[in-house]
Amino acid sequence: MHQEYTVVEGDFVNAGKASSSVKKTLKQLNVEPGIVKRVVVALYEAEVNAIAHAYGGKVLVDIESDKIKMVVADKGPGIPDIALAMQEGYSTARPEVRDMGFGAGMGLPNMQKNVDKLNVTSEVGVGTTVEMEVNF
Amino acid sequence: MTLREIAKLLNATVCIGESRLDEEVEHAFASDLMSDVLTLKDTPMLVTGLCNIQTIRTCDMASLDIIVVVRNKKVTDDMIELAEDDDMVILSCPYSMFKACGLLYDAGIKPLY
Repeated sequence: MHQEYTVVEGDFVNAGKASSSVKKTLKQLNVEPGIVKRVVVALYEAEVNAIAHAYGGKVLVDIESDKIKMVVADKGPGIPDIALAMQEGYSTARPEVRDMGFGAGMGLPNMQKNVDKLNVTSEVGVGTTVEMEVNF
Repeated sequence: MTLREIAKLLNATVCIGESRLDEEVEHAFASDLMSDVLTLKDTPMLVTGLCNIQTIRTCDMASLDIIVVVRNKKVTDDMIELAEDDDMVILSCPYSMFKACGLLYDAGIKPLY
């Protein structure tokens, strides 16, 4: 099953809509609640990142019989040092993002904790792609 | 402790979730930082001063469904609408985070950590 969502820059009102929709689908498919939580927490973190840091992007979700694959690809400033961005507490978030309860430098590390596979690729001035997989 | 007792203790208004007030609550977690809420493995009652649509979305993603908003912050209609979809309880109390947590702790509500 393939699903696609569009993420709009700065659109915090709709941040989490894709994750929420994926949650509903996984529940309908009777995926174990603990796994659903891991999937949606990781996807939500990625979605918020794309809205907070980039100029919009796409969320692509593929649900297979034994796993879910998620790609969050944004057009944006990119991440100059991915290893640094993966460190807990490192953040470049604007005050507006912090006002929404995010921007504490916990997003990428939390994605890592919740998924079975994480791959982050980025080109400065072009954008960032986060690929994640969770096994059922 | 039931949600009804918690609402009374905190002098709180029930914004949504009237039908669940006889449910028992054992644990609470207090934070304005949604990133922190997203790291929780358990599903405690959330006490928070952050009152916007992301509070509700974060709770939805983290499978938390009982929220206490402190300092009488305005729980908006779009928050209620979203919370309704997930059968959440939202209480709004006039007290500060410090006082609300103190009262809850004193009444036997346990912390996660």
